Parts: sequence; structure tokens; C-alpha cells
Amino acid sequence: MTPVATVAVAMLAGSLRVSTPFLFVSIGECLTEKSGRINLGNEGVLVLGAMAAYAISYETGNPWAGLVAAAVAGMLLGGLHGAVCSLARVNDVAMGIAIMLAGTGIAFFFGKPFVQPSAPLLPGIPFGFWSSSKDLQYALTVSPLFLLGIAAAIAMHWCFRATRVGLRIRIVGDSQDAALALGLPIDRTRFLATAVGSGLAGIGGAFLSLYYPGSWNEGLSSGQGLMAVALVVFARWNPINCIYASLLFGAAGALGPSLQTVGITWGYYLFYAAPYVVTLVVLVITARGGRSLAGMPGQLSIGR
Amino acid sequence: MSEAGALPVAATVTEPAQPVGGDRTYPLRHALEAMLAPLVALLASAVLFSILLLALGQSPIDFLGVVWVGAFGSWFSVRNTLQHAAPLLLTALCVALPGQLGLVIIGGEAAVVLGGLAATVAALPLVHTDPIIVQLVMAVAGAAAGALWIGISGALRAKLGVNEVIASLVLAYIGLAIFNHLVEGVLRDPSSLNKPSTYGIGDDNMMGNVPWLDIHPGIPIGIAACVLCWVLIYRTRFGFAARVTGGNMRAAQLQGLPVTRLIILSCALGGACAGLAGMIEVAAEYGRANSSLNAGYGYTGILIAFLARFNPLAIMPMALLLGGLNAAGGLMQQWMNLPDATVQVLEGIIFVAILTSDTLYGRIKWFQPRG
Repeated sequence: MTPVATVAVAMLAGSLRVSTPFLFVSIGECLTEKSGRINLGNEGVLVLGAMAAYAISYETGNPWAGLVAAAVAGMLLGGLHGAVCSLARVNDVAMGIAIMLAGTGIAFFFGKPFVQPSAPLLPGIPFGFWSSSKDLQYALTVSPLFLLGIAAAIAMHWCFRATRVGLRIRIVGDSQDAALALGLPIDRTRFLATAVGSGLAGIGGAFLSLYYPGSWNEGLSSGQGLMAVALVVFARWNPINCIYASLLFGAAGALGPSLQTVGITWGYYLFYAAPYVVTLVVLVITARGGRSLAGMPGQLSIGR
Repeated sequence: MSEAGALPVAATVTEPAQPVGGDRTYPLRHALEAMLAPLVALLASAVLFSILLLALGQSPIDFLGVVWVGAFGSWFSVRNTLQHAAPLLLTALCVALPGQLGLVIIGGEAAVVLGGLAATVAALPLVHTDPIIVQLVMAVAGAAAGALWIGISGALRAKLGVNEVIASLVLAYIGLAIFNHLVEGVLRDPSSLNKPSTYGIGDDNMMGNVPWLDIHPGIPIGIAACVLCWVLIYRTRFGFAARVTGGNMRAAQLQGLPVTRLIILSCALGGACAGLAGMIEVAAEYGRANSSLNAGYGYTGILIAFLARFNPLAIMPMALLLGGLNAAGGLMQQWMNLPDATVQVLEGIIFVAILTSDTLYGRIKWFQPRG
């Protein structure tokens, strides 16, 4: 293969792998923000989910049990955020940072014994069986979680557009007055949206520890949980757009390692920063004009 | 800007309305309320953490004993605590200064790292001159690098309306990438094999401990910075305008306050403090810039600033408290066989509790204005 093709295949492989945690955290964050609350704690949820998934997979020998554990752990931590933010005068942005620090701390604390042992990982689905190229076969081995994430994004989009639950979440997120007038349970809606959203983010963490990179250590997450917040802004609070945005961020994340496969090692650390630069550029582009972004839930604290 | 025109706005946004009748003890009760809520939060987190320890079969009393011995038990451990607290004083200011305007900056870590790197690079051509000159140049370079980095977040917020929480964090990752790129590339001392580092600034140019007390040189600098920032916030026109803006940004704009400039300046000042912390780490501890600078001081600073409710004077005891916890971390591992993340868990619990305690304000009638 030519170097360009090698890099392209490596980036495709990287994009399909790296994008999945972005996808789960971003649709989870999208759900939470649609209800009018922001959760910066999903970074902590991601790490805690990764740890819980790895630990349970190791203890039970079943990676799918680990996946469930990650979702439950995420829902618990997100539920804490949701419950505390329901109290008067509590700042949800600052609380998210606290949840982030607490979540990573708890994950490192309980995850210490699981750094060494190797747990059973989730299997991949070989979509590249038709190709004779080893690289392409590797690139097209897709995690079932990636497909699950896409299915979840489409389901969420349908839910927002066509169901009663989705409409209620949107009302609570867009106008507190309208929700009050309709007698909707505002706090309960936001609590549930935060808990379920963090459950999805927890699954994103399970992908990190049980599929790619497929191990548990303290440097596993590199800010995907927080970058997802920017990603949701970029996706205009639309779950379908979250899929495209995640693939873009995944490709940016795969840039450095892909160039390494053809021997370009100069500026490894700078290429490593590519997804952050993309995030920053996205923030600047989407924030132009400063206010009333199309599609932004009206009750979101970062918009007021 | 007209001071007379700005005053009525400030009176409505920064201080609760004073009752007309004589409620002489209200300021006292107000201060008591502000102290009580964090105390309740600290107590609650102590209880929660004790439950966690008991569940793991450890004694909370033993834990307290270890923290006491490790943090304040001897002159040696007090000095160790102060050494940990010194950079925290400055990184907390990096959150507290923009915090006056209602901004949450969480990228202080990169300002520390880049400040340390800039200070080292500035010192390298001057290593054979007078140590005083070297240290002054280092301080200026470190502060400037930190100011630039956090100032970018402020400028993005002020000029383009980019959310400063995400921007500062993303910039922190970018800053760390630049740091790694430079330290492992052009600026690397080839003899530093295991831990890529820059060339050293030389032993003669290192900052010594404070004479007579023999404590970390960052302590007097940090205390001076806290006091200066307190004066700046509560006793100058700049600080007054910043607090008005933090109370209600739109009202401040209507009053003609230079909100854009205030945001950028306060972020840059906060960043300068964090950059100075990096410079002191290099000049007093490592003698060169390497990954030791990336020790999480920026993140602990966020917690301290929130614990202190963004008040620079309150930052000092809180930095001492958390510096002590960090200093005792090694002892927790050795004596109680607890993982090194124990301090992080405790800090996380305290952080969640302190923010939850915000809901207590205004709930107890006795503290409210009467008449």
C-alpha cells in the first residue's frame, strides 16, 4: 500500500475506534442538556464506568456484565449530580467539576487492584472479512458498542421528535414557565435525564477499558468526557449530528498514531493535541455571535 | 465610567438589601452564616469519608492520626505541608480572580507547566549572571506565560462568547501537548534519559529557603499574592467593577463598565499567579522543567478557591489544609496501606459537599435581615 493509503486506513480504523466513547458521552450529554441542565461530570463518569466495567468483567469473567456495571455506576454518579443540582442555589457547572474530580478519585481508589490483571474484553465484529489486506481487516473490525451507540442515537432522535417523553424533556429544557404551566415534574425530569445520560457515558467508559485501548489504568481517559460537551454544542443538540461529530473527533484523535504507522514521528505530541484544537475551533465557530444558538435548550445555564 | 452612577447597581447586586430598621447584628450574623455552611460541609464530608473507611475495615481515628502526623506533627512535616501549600496558594488565585466575574477557569494546570517552562527558558541564557537578576527574569517570564495562556480563555469568552470552562480545559490539554513537544524535542537536555527535561538553571540560581524560618520560598510570595489580590478585589475600583460584573454582567454593561477588559485582565492576572507557581516550582525544587511540574496543583487549586468562596484571604487556611492532606498522602500509603488516590477521593467528597452546602444559604431564618 502507498503511505497515503496506509495513513487513510489507519485513520479509518482509529476513527471507528476512538469515536465510540465520544458518541456515548455526547448522546448522554445531549439528553441531559435537552432537559435544561449541563453535566461536566461525565469525564468522571467515563473513568468510573471504565473501572467498573473492567473490575466486574475480571471478577465475573463476562465482559457484558462489566458493561451493565459501567452503566449502573454511571447512573449512580449522574444521579448524584442530578439530585444535588435540583437543590436551590447549587451551581451545576461547578458541581460538574466536583463530580468529575470525585468520580476519577473513586475510580482510581477502587481500581488500584485491577491495573495488573487482564480481564476478558468485548469481542469485535469482523466486517472486513472480504478483504485480503490485514490492515483493512483490522480497520473494519467494529465493536458492537459502536453499532449500539448509533442505534441509541437514532432512537434518541426519534424519541425527541415523536414521543410524549421526548416532548416533555424538550419542554422542561426549553421553558421552565411552560413546564410549570403544564404541571410537568421539572426536577424529576432533569434528574432522570441526568442519570440516564450519565449511564450512557458510563457505557462509553466500558468501551475504553473493555475494547479499545482495552485495559484499565489511570491515564485511560484524556478528557473525552469534557470534550463531549463541546461536541454537543457542535452537533446543535441533535443526536444524529452527534454521530458525525464523534467520527470527526475520532479521526482527529487518530491522526498522530496514524502518521506514526508510516514513520512520521515528528510532532507526535502536537498531533496528539489535534482533537483539542478541533474542539477549540468548533467552540469558536459555534459561539460566533455569542447568544441564542439554533437548537440550544432555553434553560441551559451556559447559554444564559 | 462614572463611579456615582455605578454605585446603586452594586448596592443591589453585591450586598443583600439593608433593612431600614436598626438590625445591628446582621453583618455579624451574615458572616456567621458564611462560615457555618462550609463548616457543615466539611463535617458532612468527614462523616461520609469515615463511613467509607469503616466499610474498608480502617479506623477513621487512625486516619486522622496519620494526617496529623504527616501534615503538622513535627517541624519537618509542617515544612513539607508548606512546600505542598505554596503552589496551591497561587493556583487557587488563578480560579478565584476570574471567579469574581462569575467565570470558572479550570485550566490552571497548563499555566503552571508553561510558566515553569518559560521561566526555565528565560533563565538559560543568563545562568552566569547575578542570581537575583536570573530569578527576577524567571518570575516575569513565568507570570507572562501563565497570563497569556489563561488570558486566551478570557479573551475567547469576552470577545466571542466561548464557554470558558470548556475552553480553559481544552487549552490546558493543548498547553500540556506543547510543553511535552518542546521538552522532549528542541529544549531537551540530551543527558536526561529517563525523564526528559530541559537544561538546568544551575544550583547557584536556585531560590533558597526563607532565612531563619527555613521554609519554602513560595510561602511568602503566595501570602503576598493573596493579600495583594484581596486588596485588589475589595479595596480598589478594578475589584469593585469586577464584583459588579460578577453580580450581574448585563447591569455592568449598562453602567458602561469595560466588561471585556475586566474579563481578560482578571483571567490574565489569575494566569500570571499560576505561572508564577510554576516558576517557583522550578526555581525552588527541580532546577529544570520536566513532567514533575504536572503534579495536579492546578486542579487542587480549583477546590481551594471554591472552599474559600473566592476570597483570597480564606484561600490561605484552605491551601494549608489541602497542602497538609497532600503532604500526608505518602504516609497514608505506608502506614494504612491505602491507595494513593485516597486524598483525591476525600477532596472529591469535600468538593461535592461544599457545593451542596450552597443550598443552605438563606434557609435559616435567624441569619436573614430583620425588620
